[in-house]
This record gives sequence, structure tokens and C-alpha cells, in this order.
Amino acid sequence: MIHRECGVLKTTYEADMSLYPLPIARWTVGALAVLFFLVIPLTLHEYYLSVANLVWIAVIGALGLNILVGYTGQVSIGHGAFMSVGAYTAANLANRLDSPWPVNLLAGGLMAAAIGAIVGIPSLRIKGLYLAIATLAGQLIIEWIINHVTFISGGVQASIEVARPKLGAMVLSSQRDMYFFLLFFVVIAIVGTMNLIRSRIGRAFIAIRDRDIAAEIIGIDIFRYKLLAFAISSFYAGMTGVLYTYFLGIANYEQFQIGVSIDYLAMIIIGGLGSVLGSIFGAIFVTLLPIVIRLSMESFGGIFFTEATVLNLIPNLRLMLFGVLIIVFLVVEPEGLNRLWRNIRSYFRVWPFAY
Amino acid sequence: MSDEFGFFLLLLSNGVMIGLMYSLIALGFVLVYKATDAINFAQGEFVMIAGFVAAGGLMVWGAPLWLAAGGALVGMIAFGFLLERVMLRKLIGRPVIAVVMATIGLAAILRGFGPFVIFQGTKPLPLPLPDEPFILGPLFIPPIQALGAGLSLAFLAGFGWFFLKSRKGIAMRAVADNQQVAMAMGIHVERYFGVAWAMAGIVSALGGVLWGNMLGVDTNLALVGFKVFPVVILGGLDSIPGAIIGGLIVGIVENIAAGYVDPYVGGGTKDFAPYVLMIMALMFRPYGIFGKKIIERI
Repeated sequence: MIHRECGVLKTTYEADMSLYPLPIARWTVGALAVLFFLVIPLTLHEYYLSVANLVWIAVIGALGLNILVGYTGQVSIGHGAFMSVGAYTAANLANRLDSPWPVNLLAGGLMAAAIGAIVGIPSLRIKGLYLAIATLAGQLIIEWIINHVTFISGGVQASIEVARPKLGAMVLSSQRDMYFFLLFFVVIAIVGTMNLIRSRIGRAFIAIRDRDIAAEIIGIDIFRYKLLAFAISSFYAGMTGVLYTYFLGIANYEQFQIGVSIDYLAMIIIGGLGSVLGSIFGAIFVTLLPIVIRLSMESFGGIFFTEATVLNLIPNLRLMLFGVLIIVFLVVEPEGLNRLWRNIRSYFRVWPFAY
Repeated sequence: MSDEFGFFLLLLSNGVMIGLMYSLIALGFVLVYKATDAINFAQGEFVMIAGFVAAGGLMVWGAPLWLAAGGALVGMIAFGFLLERVMLRKLIGRPVIAVVMATIGLAAILRGFGPFVIFQGTKPLPLPLPDEPFILGPLFIPPIQALGAGLSLAFLAGFGWFFLKSRKGIAMRAVADNQQVAMAMGIHVERYFGVAWAMAGIVSALGGVLWGNMLGVDTNLALVGFKVFPVVILGGLDSIPGAIIGGLIVGIVENIAAGYVDPYVGGGTKDFAPYVLMIMALMFRPYGIFGKKIIERI
């Protein structure tokens, strides 16, 4: 990740194919593991851990959306709705059947995958802009159905309370417990995505993104793979929804409205389309942005405005900054934070010796 | 005439009026798409910000109506040109997602800008119109809707003439058809891109004043923009007659669906029915009623 390699000096196939090209790569991964599994959870305060948990949830969702948008090239503005499908599936199962969380998580993911594949069906005939609008319709229709069918939404204000997940006899009640719980799934999601992209399926996705007609000509069944991309991506989204429900302790459709779909699209645009590391950067960036704005407005906003207006202005300021950032990244650095990171890395490749 | 049929006629006439007002907003979208191939996901926010300027001028700064509405109009035209120059020119030739996301980002900026800079909360936008609806047999037609429908028709006809007959309109069609050939014919392509965005600004300013009067001006005014997509998909993305027909279909369908279905499901059909219709249209006729079919070659 941060090692620098100078020249290709490998003499065996084993060395060429090895997971860690240099010993320092292994140490980096080890150091990151220590940082995320020990240092952060054991030193940070509950509030900061809850922020970290939000980031982890966003990372899973952003990875899923990047599989669809970044790797397969199919735009979706309906991911918020897929998350709500997962969330309500899990909440209903947990409350009606009292099923344990692994079952709910899997069922939520699979249900979202099924619905996502259905929403993805138009992708065979239409693409680009038309597909974006079709998924937008999917978002609005799913939202409406959840809101109006009491069997799903459970009546009052369409919200269902869900008990905290249990690990054996232990209830995961504190933010620290949730941190480890979520981190486990983040690691699975990251490793899963990286492997998926290197597999036959991932290569088919990338071929479809680059030129779908050409992909069809070389023998890729594009209908199958487009639906598969929608299903896998929605599976991630469903998992995100379930995890978010467990994190909040309540399933509510207002947490999954169109604004959420747009937030996730912004994550992968800002982070970098078609990159795992970019999804992570983007998720961190977009999740932290409103929190940083709120903190800084609370500290410094009083200089320019009165106390009451500051509170009213924060959401508007957040929206404006959010929009400006999306546009700036699109115009100036289309490959996102991932590209910036690579630029920094290649600058330090032979540092401090130039050539 | 039975009450049942009168109720149906009322829904129908209301749908036609509202539908024409949707057509007006959809026209802004179509004009931009036709000339520049860019998709404006911020059309609803354009309408909203025009409403904010007009209502802010009228209620906050105390300007007379003609000045407030004129200010909105001039402001939106300038905004259209500026936008094309600063943002969209840099995104020419980039994938669909880039333009979609850029306009979504623009929508976020406008949504924040209105309340942040102009005013917070909801402000009315009164127009000097009579309050009582015109009564024609079973029909009640509110004056604002009559005015809106009339203005929409006038503008649609005006833009139709502009594209078919005027020199500039023909140049714009050439730009839409093939940018390179248009350039070779000596047409200043970028200037026409700016003109298209400014035209979207004009119809948005008009839409902002009309819809702002009907709904009141706050950020929820932007939700009108969600109606644009069913309208343009049904009619065809690059067709002005399509915008009229699509607007009429959406207006009528949503009113009739709301009138007959709402009592059973507890509301919200108005926002839902046009999208169901749109999905069906996408399945069977993806390029709409009048849209240009795209043939892809490798």
C-alpha cells in the first residue's frame, strides 16, 4: 500500500505472484491491522467510535455501489432504496420470527439482491441516462411501497425497532462492541470485492463497462452479467441497510431516501470510480464532511452569525460544500482521491533521490 | 350530467392545466438536452432558485412585482450562461455519470444557496390574480392554473417556432445533430450551448414564479423537478412536442390516479403513478413517443 518498489527485480514466478511483493508490504498490512483492531477501538472515546462505525457502514455501501457504477458502468440512483429493502427485511424477520442476526443479515442482503436485479432488468435495453432515470424510478417506487404497505413498514411512521445483535450470550450494546462487529464485515467486504474484480466475473464487468457491444461480441452474456452486477451491488447495499439498522436500533425509511443514494454516488465519485481504495477514501470523506462542518461552525460560526442562525445554516452550508466538492472533483480530478493518493505515492517512489 | 362524470371532468381539466405547467419545466430540460446532450438533474432546483429570487425580491427586499420577476428572469439567464462557461464546458465528452453527478452537485449547491443567502423558511409569492376560480359547468379552474397553462402554451409555441423557422434555431438544431459538422459550417458551437442553458433559465424563471405562487417558495419547490423525468421519458428526451404530450399525459394520469386511488391507499399516488407509467414506457418504448432513436455502432 505505501511501500515503494524501484524496478522489477523478481527472478521466480512465486515472487511475481506473491501477495506481498516486499516484506514492508506485509508490515504495512500488519500495522494497519494493529491500528484498526487495537489502537483505535481501545483509545478513542465512544462518540468518535460511533463516527468510525458510520464510516465502516458507508465503506460497505460504497464498495457495493462501486462494483456497479465504477466497474460495470451501470449508473444507479436507487441504492438508498436497496438499503431500505435490506433494513426492513431484517427488521421484520427479527421482530416476527425472532431470528438471529446472521440469518437477518443474509436474508436482508439476498432480498435486496433480488429487488436490485429486478430494478436492473431495464439495463438490457437502456443505458446511461435512461438507466439512471429508471433506477431513480425504482428508488421512488420502493420508497412509496415501504411507506404504504403496513405489512412491511409496521404502521406508525414506518419505523420498526430492532434489538441489538447478540454474540452468544453477549449483547453488542456499546459502540466499541459495534466497532468490532462492523469492522469484521468491512474486512470481508474489502477482500471480497478485491477478489471479485480479479475473477472471471470481475473481468466481464470491466469489459461491459469499457464497451458493452464489444463485450457481447467476445462472448460475454451481458444480460446475465449486468443483472449479476446489480444483484451483487444490491447485496452489499442490503447488508449496509441491515448493519445500519442494527447500529441505530431502528429501521426507518427516512434513513434511506434519495439523498442517501446521492451521498453514496458522491462517495465513489470523490473517492474514485472503479477502485477499492477510492471507495474507502470516499466513504470516509463524505461521512466526515458534515461532522467536520458542524463542529467547525459551532466553534467559529458565532463570529459571523448569531447563535440561532448558525444552527439553521449548518445543513445549507453542508449542501453547498457537498455540491462544490462533487463538481470540483469531476472537473479537476475525475479519478478522485485515489488518484491523488497514487500521485503522492509515485512522488515518493524514489524520494529523496531524483532518478 | 351525473356527479361521477363531473368529478372525472374536473380531474381531467385540472390534469390538463397542471400537465401544461409540467411541460413548461420539462421544456427547460429538453432544450438543454437537445442542444448539448447534457442531462440537467437540477431542473427542479433551477425553478426553485428562480422562485427564491422572485419571492426574495418581493417579500424581503420589497421590490415591486415586475422588478422581482424581471430580476429572476435576468438572473436565471445570466446564471445559464455562467454555468455553461464555468462548469459544463469542462465536462464535454465525458461519460454520462460525470454530467449527471455534476448537475446533482449543482442541485445541492442551489438547495443550500437559496436558504443560506436569500431567506429561510417559506415565503408566499403573491401575484395580482383573483382568488375565486372560474366556474364552467362542473369545472373549477383556478386563475393561476389558467395563466400557467396559457403561458406554457405560448412559450411552447414560441420555442417551437424558434427551432423550426428562425436562423438561430436552425443553427441550434445543427449543433444538436452533429457538433463537428456544425463547427465546420461556421457555427459557434459553444455560444449555442450557452444559449440553450440560458433558455432553460428563462423557462425556469417563469416556472419558478408560477409554481412559487401555487406552492409557496421554499426548498420543497424543487420537488417539482421530479415530475420532469416521467414527462421527458414519455415524450422523448429531445422533442418539444414530446414535452407537451408527456406533460399532458403525466398531469392527467396523476390527477385521475390521485382522485380514484388515493382514498384507498392513504395518499401519495400523485408522486407514484407517473413513475410507474414511466417504467412501462421505458420497457416498451425507451425513446419515448417522439424521441430520436439512437443506433449504436462499434
